[in-house]
Amino acid sequence: MTLTKRRIQRGVRSAVFHLAVPLFGFVMIYPLVWLAATSFKPSTEIWTTISQLLPSEPTIEHYVNGWRGFGGVTFTTFYRNSLIYAGFGTVAAVASSAVVSFGFARIRFPGRNFWFACMLATLMLPVQIQIIPQYILFTQLDWINTFWPLLLPRALGQAGQAFFIFMIVQFIRGIPVELDEAASIDGMGRFGIFTRIIMPLVKPALVTSGIFSFYWTWADFLTPLIYLNNPRLYTISVALRAFADPSGTTDWGAIFAMSFLSLVPVLIVFVVFQKHIVEGISTSGLKG
Amino acid sequence: MPASTDQRRRNTIAGYLFISPWLVGFLGLTLVPIVGIIYLSFTSYDIFTAPQWSGWGNFVRMFTGDARYWRSVGATLYFATVSVPLKLAFALLVAMILNTRHRGIDLYRAVYYTPSILGTSVAVAVMWRELFGFDGLVNALLQRIGITSEIAWLGDPRTAIWTLILLVVWQFGSPMLIFLAGLKQIPEELYESAHIDGAGGLRKFLWITLPLLSPVIFFNLVMQIIFGLTVFTQPFIITEGGPLDTTNFYALYLYRRAFETFQMGYGAAMAVILLLVVALFTGLVFKTSSLWVFYETKEGR
Repeated sequence: MTLTKRRIQRGVRSAVFHLAVPLFGFVMIYPLVWLAATSFKPSTEIWTTISQLLPSEPTIEHYVNGWRGFGGVTFTTFYRNSLIYAGFGTVAAVASSAVVSFGFARIRFPGRNFWFACMLATLMLPVQIQIIPQYILFTQLDWINTFWPLLLPRALGQAGQAFFIFMIVQFIRGIPVELDEAASIDGMGRFGIFTRIIMPLVKPALVTSGIFSFYWTWADFLTPLIYLNNPRLYTISVALRAFADPSGTTDWGAIFAMSFLSLVPVLIVFVVFQKHIVEGISTSGLKG
Repeated sequence: MPASTDQRRRNTIAGYLFISPWLVGFLGLTLVPIVGIIYLSFTSYDIFTAPQWSGWGNFVRMFTGDARYWRSVGATLYFATVSVPLKLAFALLVAMILNTRHRGIDLYRAVYYTPSILGTSVAVAVMWRELFGFDGLVNALLQRIGITSEIAWLGDPRTAIWTLILLVVWQFGSPMLIFLAGLKQIPEELYESAHIDGAGGLRKFLWITLPLLSPVIFFNLVMQIIFGLTVFTQPFIITEGGPLDTTNFYALYLYRRAFETFQMGYGAAMAVILLLVVALFTGLVFKTSSLWVFYETKEGR
């Protein structure tokens, strides 16, 4: 009897779960669905049928109009700039994090623990602390309106890469040292051990770093806002802000279309690499 | 294996070579800048002419002569103290619900995490602004269920900050995933033996889940507090700091002083205070970490 009672109890619980969890999930992503659906509504419907999700006659005119951009600069340019930033930024961030991690995890040298502690201390450092002096430095180097102020801190591990370094170090520490020693006896140098033994084994950590680096650079707003003042150099985030300026434009369809479009690359990466992302956050506390 | 001095020297060279990208960046782009803002905070500097020493001038003005500064501090603290506990409570609740064996967990987890992955983008901020606009979706939905809403969510000083709080609570995904990983570490037997002893759900939560999760809770808390104190993009796009400075958060005010009116010295002084606050919280983590690390190793036996 207790068995059936238990079974009923479990059944009820399961039913509540499968009702409440999807329902709440739907509420959670409704704004995003609304954004996507609205971007396909004809202009006359956007504000008049706001609580109705689906457009009566879907149209892609907002995508066509929006893509033209503003001030003679199209979204082709903005996407290219964002890809430059996200592409080079990510490659530089992952490559430098990997090299540095190997140094911290596998080589004994005086000062190692001290520098590692310094690295950990920067995990929590907000960007607002460095931004004023960095701006002064990059102004003096005449780097305003170039991508160097955006890329250099990433190549040198100072824009959140402490998370990556920490994660990859943990990963390398999990690999038996005997592997290195065997390779060393076979006459392999340190750089060979790094590139041919360790790197293939830490690939999951590198992929996770790459994904997050892509997210951060793609969404980064403050750095391009400060350093890129020429619309030809705008990344998507700065361009969207100018495009959606409430005092300027009134073409809301185009704003919604371009906003949604800017999220698509992020969503694709999320769907493809979901497992890596979940593991990355779970093991190292990476911020999303 | 005893290493010869020659080998040791080679190790030192190799070690510093491998960490050099980070080391150069740390010295040039983090350490020198920190020293730099401390110096700049005692000057008045507009970037076009050389900095002029002004002693404690910036700090005196900030603390005694700038009502906007205090409004900004107040708004930031209000925002952080409301949004962080709400966000973490949500994250923990959902993590506990998802930490069960049901079909479709992976999908639900992905759905709940989606807002976090998109959350800090300008696109979502623009969307949020239109959701809470006077003719926006929120008012339209309220009207639909029979509440005629005349609320200008973003224009009313009482509600504007809440739209931003809701936005960051909506992004509870990453602390949720960290909680989920922490919950998976708790041995099932603990719950079973508690069940045999007659403990109910609430007791199990208070006496097993919370204590064993404390390191994770603490980590999340510190990360989210720092995140909450430095939020920038959302108030910049959605409310532009208004109305009546109610969302003119610290990072936004700092940006305006330093990069809109080019008061770099004043901005630096604000950054120094922020650094002190963040250092306080970070120090707290290291200080208390010994408490919970000990706890964990004891558990692991």
